[in-house]
Amino acid sequence: MSETSKKSYVLFDRNTKAFVYGYQTNAIQRMLDFDFICNRPEPSISAIINPSRAGIHKAFWGTKEILLPMYKSIPLAAKAYPEGDVMVNFASHRSAFDTTMEALAEDSIRIVAVIAEGVPERQSRIMSLTARKQGKMVIGPATVGGMTAGAFRIGNTAGTIENIIASKLYRPGCVGFVSKSGGMLNEAFNIISRNSDGIYEGVAIGGDRYPGSTMLDHILRYEENPAIKMIACLGELGGEDEYRIITALKDGRIKKPLVAWVTGTCSPVLPASVQFGHAGAKADTQKETAQAKNDAFREAGAFVPQSFDGYGDTVRRVYDMLLSQGKVAPLVEPEVPKIPADYSKALASGDIRKPTTFICTISDDSGEEVLYAGKRLSSVLEEKMGIGGVIGLLWFKKELPEYAVGFIELVLQIVADHGPAVSGAHNAIVASCAGKDLISSLCSGLLTIGPRFGGAIDDAAREFKHARETNMTPEQFVKEMKRKGINIPGIGHKIKSVKNPDKRVQLLISYAKSNFPSTELLDYALQVEELTTAKKGNLILNVDGCIGILFLDLMKSCGVFSQAEIDEVVRLGYLNGLFALGRSIGLIGHILDQKRLGSRLYRHPADDIAYMMPSKDEIRCKRAA
Amino acid sequence: MSASWVYFAIYETISPFPLERFVNKKNIKAAKVVLDMAQRGIREYDAKRLLAGFLPQYLKEFSYKGDLALVGPETDLEELASVHPWLKTSKLVVKPDQLFGKRGKYGLVLLDADWDSAKKYLQENMGALVTVGNITGRLSHFLIEPFIPHEEELYVAISSESDGDNIFFSMKGGVFVEENWDSVIRFHVDLLDGIEGIDIKSRLPEGLGEKRVAVENFIKALWRFYADSGFCYLEINPFTFRNGSIVPLDMVAKLDDAEEYWQRKRWLGLSFPEPFGRTLSKEELFIKELDSKTGASLKLTILNPEGRVWTMVAGGGASVIYADTICDLGHAREMANYGEYSGDPNTEETYYYTKTILDLMTRHKDPRGKMLLIGGAIANFTDVAKTFKGVVMALEEYQPKLQEAGVKIYVRRGGPNYEQGLKLMRNLGKKLGVPIEVYGPETHMTRIVPLALGGALQ
Repeated sequence: MSETSKKSYVLFDRNTKAFVYGYQTNAIQRMLDFDFICNRPEPSISAIINPSRAGIHKAFWGTKEILLPMYKSIPLAAKAYPEGDVMVNFASHRSAFDTTMEALAEDSIRIVAVIAEGVPERQSRIMSLTARKQGKMVIGPATVGGMTAGAFRIGNTAGTIENIIASKLYRPGCVGFVSKSGGMLNEAFNIISRNSDGIYEGVAIGGDRYPGSTMLDHILRYEENPAIKMIACLGELGGEDEYRIITALKDGRIKKPLVAWVTGTCSPVLPASVQFGHAGAKADTQKETAQAKNDAFREAGAFVPQSFDGYGDTVRRVYDMLLSQGKVAPLVEPEVPKIPADYSKALASGDIRKPTTFICTISDDSGEEVLYAGKRLSSVLEEKMGIGGVIGLLWFKKELPEYAVGFIELVLQIVADHGPAVSGAHNAIVASCAGKDLISSLCSGLLTIGPRFGGAIDDAAREFKHARETNMTPEQFVKEMKRKGINIPGIGHKIKSVKNPDKRVQLLISYAKSNFPSTELLDYALQVEELTTAKKGNLILNVDGCIGILFLDLMKSCGVFSQAEIDEVVRLGYLNGLFALGRSIGLIGHILDQKRLGSRLYRHPADDIAYMMPSKDEIRCKRAA
Repeated sequence: MSASWVYFAIYETISPFPLERFVNKKNIKAAKVVLDMAQRGIREYDAKRLLAGFLPQYLKEFSYKGDLALVGPETDLEELASVHPWLKTSKLVVKPDQLFGKRGKYGLVLLDADWDSAKKYLQENMGALVTVGNITGRLSHFLIEPFIPHEEELYVAISSESDGDNIFFSMKGGVFVEENWDSVIRFHVDLLDGIEGIDIKSRLPEGLGEKRVAVENFIKALWRFYADSGFCYLEINPFTFRNGSIVPLDMVAKLDDAEEYWQRKRWLGLSFPEPFGRTLSKEELFIKELDSKTGASLKLTILNPEGRVWTMVAGGGASVIYADTICDLGHAREMANYGEYSGDPNTEETYYYTKTILDLMTRHKDPRGKMLLIGGAIANFTDVAKTFKGVVMALEEYQPKLQEAGVKIYVRRGGPNYEQGLKLMRNLGKKLGVPIEVYGPETHMTRIVPLALGGALQ
């Protein structure tokens, strides 16, 4: 027990600390929001118990965020927070019994609220008897729980914050309320707040036949609690619980005014077999009918309306009586802190708006099916658009003609690999041999792609396009580049030459010649190649250059791209993406190959390195300088 | 002991819903299963099957074989006889097995019969209309067992209450046990202590003689069987001794259907039959079907198809209170239906539910007009505007019929987004030209009942 001074009739106060069993994030936030508008000094939740994960949970405390610890078991949580004496048990009906019994076994936990519906009667009875034997209390099963106004709420009791504020549950009134039905709790809070100074405490014991605590248990607590001036209860037909209350009224254990109503007065006109909402609501004898119970309440001195319709009026009559007798004082309303609206809720209701940080124009995963440039993935597949088609959608936002798709796929296949010795593959292999994972090794290879390795596609496209558009003759172009002292991008190969032509280039050219409406820029480039190869045999149009130039021909002749779009493709450097994408296939292959082979760490042989240290003089010189 | 437990013995069942979920439970979400949980009667056939199957685990010498045959409307009797050869060789007892008692008193038990006369009895009685108490219904299921000649009739019953179970025993069993209630001995079993420490033998009547040990062992085993098998009521009246072993002659039982998860092995093949005499109308069946297919709860009972007051109330607790208020204000005769919808039904489900009610209420014309109460308490988290969508769809569809039948509609509801929901209804009234009065949480929940009934029904 958290404080020895805590009176036994007090279930919850403003310092109550609870555990929430089950990762019910909404209920947790609702409890904290309630705490906050009650101006509680601290949150009411000590810890969350989540059998599948330990750690922390982040939640709001007003506008700020706080962390709640999360434990995997009840004993661990109870040990860490001995001041937690309540457990709100959201376990399913299958595990409600085991977890409740486990909680009752902890000395420090004295109240367990069981939310689950469908707990077997035998299990409910055992939980209840076990708690009673220990002087503890079970609320439920099959209930939303209950609350002490201005102090503590069990889980979702009393619904939304708006409802809590409407029924003034953020501060105590003078009415103690108890019902079987959890569904009627909100309504009762509403009725009572409109006809008196409001609820002090309200509990729904649950609709099952054998609730862990009875209406009488709570009424007797209310009787003892000096802050409660009047009691209201809402019973049901079936069972004997109401007669225990009536007996307590008769023998003087209940002295405070009691407003009572028992629902189910319609049962005589219903077929015998109609099951009401609750398992316990079934009148088995004449004595258990609602009429008999209401009559008995009336006879025992309770305030009983003629029908439920008069319940609120009866509450008001009793409250006014207490006011006039001076037994209750008019209440001074406290100021209620505001709970900020949840972003998602406010957004959904159109109350707020927010500029977005990101824009995305190529794909959309917010609907039922992902869209590529507005096209459903299933249509992409049905139409067999292929990798080339998908690149068309995601890179260019275009549905490309079939031969363009074919060209992209041809490029990807052609650049997929070029052996282990080239920079990219070499780097990837070295990284893989060093024990790096696939992605790191792939990145290592991709990082070599640039102006000297595989990255000349865009540059070639840019330079040749510029030359053509400024109407330079091939001769002027070569001369101009020489004057600037730049090698023409896309021209020249380390080992391939006129005599040893690059097969890949030949394949690309032959595809373009037989499929493209026009290969204007290629023809221009070939004229340039004639000039360069005349100077040196290896100054051929290389694969990068060929791809870049042909892509421009493709865009220009296929009729899908405007001139502005073509300019943009070149300006933003789309085309190196083709090489990076295609070559990734080969790089991944090399990395996996090394892993399969179980290759060891690569160390470059020392005899392959010329070690040439600067002389001492050189160093000194530099220092002096 | 009050008379209440005796009343238990007079068979009655709780829920009108058969246990479809045992057959086809994949479609039903957990939330739904728990909503209908209650104590439910089972057939004597199933009760005895359970006893024969599982009591021996607690009582080795229990040798009752459970020769039982259940005959339903579709049963092929010749096939039944080939499965149960004893039907043709033993003397038989045939009795209805439909959750009602005092079958002997109503002349419905055939005793000491051979197979041919049993068949003749079945042919004559299958489908027959009988009245039991004040309920009339058709006979559809019969239990056939070997006839056991006996003189001694003993009584045992176990019932549950909040602090434990009670076991009742009497040597004067049979139809007159209630009259011989003084002879009944009661043993109380504390749930936490169990039955082990209870001295039963010394409290059993002297008259049992040597059988006292056997009866004590039987009672202890029976309680364990009861506690382990999901029972909440069990009565064997009478049972007798035959060649030194116990044979149950007549048995009644109720199970706690919340135990389904734990009892799925023991309860295999068991069914929870409809209460006797309850036949559902086409519309009730439709709603039941709808209900069984969703996690939400949709219930409908038609009380008086020509009644003028129809209700459509959200929530189990609130629906009872609306019905109560109609009765308390003296209009029970005009109450046409009882029902509720809850558990967040979707638009389609509320549409069909509303449509069913509108269809029923516009069928019979009444010059004084009709009233539809669309009520509910303050919802916890259900979006009121959203749930009204399906209702609105149905109301729009039925506009001409509603006008023709002179229907007035009264709405009262609170909870998340209720302002918008109520506005939706208000606007609908103007649009349809059907009078719709709309109230929120500022109006007492049941105030629409006197508002609707006040003038109109005087």
